[in-house]
Amino acid sequence: MKIALFATCIVDAMYPQTARATVKILERLGHEVVFPAGQACCGQMHINSGYMDEALPVVANHVKAFEAETYDVAVAPSGSCVASVKHQHPVLAERCGDSALKARAEAVGAKTYELSQLLVDVLGVTNAAGQLGSHFPHRITYHPSCHGMRSLKLGDRQLDLLKSVGGIEVADLPEADQCCGFGGTFSMKNADVSSAMLEDKARNVVSTGASLCSGGDASCLMHIGGGLSRTKSETTTLHFAEILASTIDEPVSVTGEIFVGKGRK
Amino acid sequence: MSAKEEILSRITAALHDAPNPGPVPRDYRTTSDMAEAELIELLVDRLEDYKAHVDVVDAPGLPATIVERLKDATSYVIPHGIDERWFDAADTRLRIDAPGAVLSVSELDETSAVLTSSAVSVAESGTIVLDGTANQGRRAISLVPDHHVCVVPVSSIVRLLPEALPRMDITRPLTWISGPSATSDIELERVEGVHGPRQLDVIIVKGL
Amino acid sequence: MSNVFMGMPALPVFGDGNLHIEEPFPAAAHRELGNTQMRANLRHATHTIRDKRLKVVAELPDWEELRDAGSATKDLVMANLPALLEEFEKNFTARGGIIHWARDSHEANKIVADLIREQNTTEVVKVKSMATQEIGLNEYLEEQGISAFETDLAELIVQLGHDKPSHILVPAIHKNRTEVRDIFLKEMPNVDPNLTDEPRLLAMAAREHLRRKFLSAKVAISGANFALADSGTLAVVESEGNGRMCLTLPETLITVMGIEKLLPAKEDLEVFMQLLPRSSTGERMNPYTSLWTGVTEGDGPQNVHLVLLDNGRTAALADKYGRTALNCIRCSACMNVCPVYERTGGHAYGSTYPGPIGAILTPLLTGIKSEENSSLPYASSLCGACFDACPVKINIPEILVHLRGEDVDSKRGTKKLPTQMDLMMKGAGWAFSSGKHLALLEKGLPFGKLAAGRDKKIKRLPGIAAGWTQSRDIPAPPAQSFRDWWKKDHTPVAPTHQQEN
Repeated sequence: MKIALFATCIVDAMYPQTARATVKILERLGHEVVFPAGQACCGQMHINSGYMDEALPVVANHVKAFEAETYDVAVAPSGSCVASVKHQHPVLAERCGDSALKARAEAVGAKTYELSQLLVDVLGVTNAAGQLGSHFPHRITYHPSCHGMRSLKLGDRQLDLLKSVGGIEVADLPEADQCCGFGGTFSMKNADVSSAMLEDKARNVVSTGASLCSGGDASCLMHIGGGLSRTKSETTTLHFAEILASTIDEPVSVTGEIFVGKGRK
Repeated sequence: MSAKEEILSRITAALHDAPNPGPVPRDYRTTSDMAEAELIELLVDRLEDYKAHVDVVDAPGLPATIVERLKDATSYVIPHGIDERWFDAADTRLRIDAPGAVLSVSELDETSAVLTSSAVSVAESGTIVLDGTANQGRRAISLVPDHHVCVVPVSSIVRLLPEALPRMDITRPLTWISGPSATSDIELERVEGVHGPRQLDVIIVKGL
Repeated sequence: MSNVFMGMPALPVFGDGNLHIEEPFPAAAHRELGNTQMRANLRHATHTIRDKRLKVVAELPDWEELRDAGSATKDLVMANLPALLEEFEKNFTARGGIIHWARDSHEANKIVADLIREQNTTEVVKVKSMATQEIGLNEYLEEQGISAFETDLAELIVQLGHDKPSHILVPAIHKNRTEVRDIFLKEMPNVDPNLTDEPRLLAMAAREHLRRKFLSAKVAISGANFALADSGTLAVVESEGNGRMCLTLPETLITVMGIEKLLPAKEDLEVFMQLLPRSSTGERMNPYTSLWTGVTEGDGPQNVHLVLLDNGRTAALADKYGRTALNCIRCSACMNVCPVYERTGGHAYGSTYPGPIGAILTPLLTGIKSEENSSLPYASSLCGACFDACPVKINIPEILVHLRGEDVDSKRGTKKLPTQMDLMMKGAGWAFSSGKHLALLEKGLPFGKLAAGRDKKIKRLPGIAAGWTQSRDIPAPPAQSFRDWWKKDHTPVAPTHQQEN
């Protein structure tokens, strides 16, 4: 299968190791990965901040970039960005009166999958240890990000994949379904409320005694990790793609930084 | 322009670009087939969950059960259309509320209990519907006394709310009762007993 | 009515009353977050109700089908509102009820006050009603020398405590049992001085306090949960029996209801009376529901009025992306599950309608430009818990985003200088609208390390980003973007799975 990777802007610029892990997993399964060069961002930050005029060219660019490439399916290691591509892009195009773009956006959206969706529903991966050689001998916990959980209805796909990794121990996160408080520019415009939400999320993560909190969205993980870091906690965050990519021979991570239990060296 | 005309014209203008919505999908449960014993069991479970007291009796046992439930009442009111086999007309505690002979609000306030029948009951939600017909009376009599003894004929029990509505005459004054009066206003924890009757005794009657 | 003016374009006419917030949400939230007792009370109450709701919803195998039916019914109502209102009026009137139409809060308040005066009384009992809260009826009546006694326990707590409601179903949710006890001891005449904080005893005290009022009231005021067009029937859903008291005992009953509360027919109740109790108090059914159709001889009030209220509802209806907010049945499930509401409480929203539904309904009713109401649509992390919980499937996150767009658009060209947010969005808009732009920008990533400390973390950013770094670090950016790595260093592995299909 030919799979087009949508890296997402935050992963591209801040967490390249997550996209590299995604490539690694898909290539390990024997698929061809392509990277549509024109891609930049899904435009969610603009849309969710109300800057619709500014969002339109961002959305148009995404649609154009993914139309320019030939592929079977597109994938992104982010529930939030995929939800935006699938649900927000057509709505924005309609609001801006561009019905042609709306139809094109719907076509791109229909072929776009979140990583766990692609792995489980399309590629039939249910046992990460067996099918991907995933190995990660650490105690982790897992935060289901809101847009993946509610907008894409991912259910337990990410969590089940993590639980099937060799050597792993997954601790239940109390109040897991509660938002971490990121919400894009919400964390700036309503910083106090966002911090109060983060505080509870970080406390719950620490209460599990896990070395790290995994999840499927780099933005939420940056938020939770940033909060943990500020409180000098040794618990950190790591995208589930990187855990799936980790093997006995090549333990995390593709960046060359080795995860050794508490924190990264 | 009158307020009515103006509001209606505002609505019409507001809707100029509104899409025509499709028909309402009614894929929820509208029928059920539950055996009588299960139906009774379900209703009892729901009512007891609401802290109502429930008896299940055969028709011949009803009068004795009513006597038992009303034994602590210093007085009780019945609507004029109650089946005369259900009460003892010689009971000095008895007051009958009838059109042209209604009890005043203060008389009702001094009456400790009320006995009524009921129109239809929904087992799944533990809901008993009173519709103001002659064996249920006007709304005030089942409201002001603090203790309500309510007879539920088994033939009036259905499982689902969608099965109950066709049995209701919607233009009558209806009261749907699901347990004694209650409130969740303090810390969202339910406690029974506020302004409505604090004690609800339900007598489910088989063969009626 | 004649058809002459049908279809005539009318500007949206916005609502007034207790809907305009004076303080921007972030400032109010900042203050409320400091109230640790309120936060503990709210956390306890919202978590209690969440668990109850989930339990009773899970019991129904057809919950999603009921939601679909509820949502579609409300869409149908809005699309046919003029005809349904006329049908309702015809049926309600035919059975002895009297209908009044009110364009705004002032008109509604005046109608109610005049009706009360006709009965030569200066006291009325009230059943909890969001519509009368919205129009500020109690305050208006007080100015007119009429005392309105709230009879719902939570409303009573708020009224006695000289407080404001903070929740649409449980207005005193921000108070715990001990605080309620203290209010009763201080404000309730003839209260037992040994009253404890046991909720059952507090409810008893309320019963004693209100009993005489109920039995002697000549006029009652209520809201309505539903109105059935095909029969002219009104419904009030309640728990305590205060509703039954008000709807049954007085001679005169005045109901104030928003025009959006209609349902086409009796069978629609089978949907909404399953959705509403489970979504609001987490019960299979609320203790009492009363339905009345005009006047019934010999049973209940003989002088029955209904005030149909617009007050901005037609303006909300005119918003093509926001109009489904009017589908709301005021269950409060959205606020009970909202992580923002849980932490700030309802007072931070400054309007009669708090929480997620309030954050959309308030600016839709008043217009986005009203005072500080434009801050409300931002009072959400867009987590979507509200949409999941909504029994009529109002897509609250999508409407929040739409209203943010309305806010940004309404300010375009009105500012002398762009805000920091404007500049950030403009810059990011350039960067994100082309892979080449972003690649160019990413060449600067290694310089980001300069902003980081020795621990490779950025701990303080200027301007609006300072909100982020008040409680979170940011990792130092990587030396190389993914895009750059892909171009220079990625060696494709030969695929073994050939293109399928």
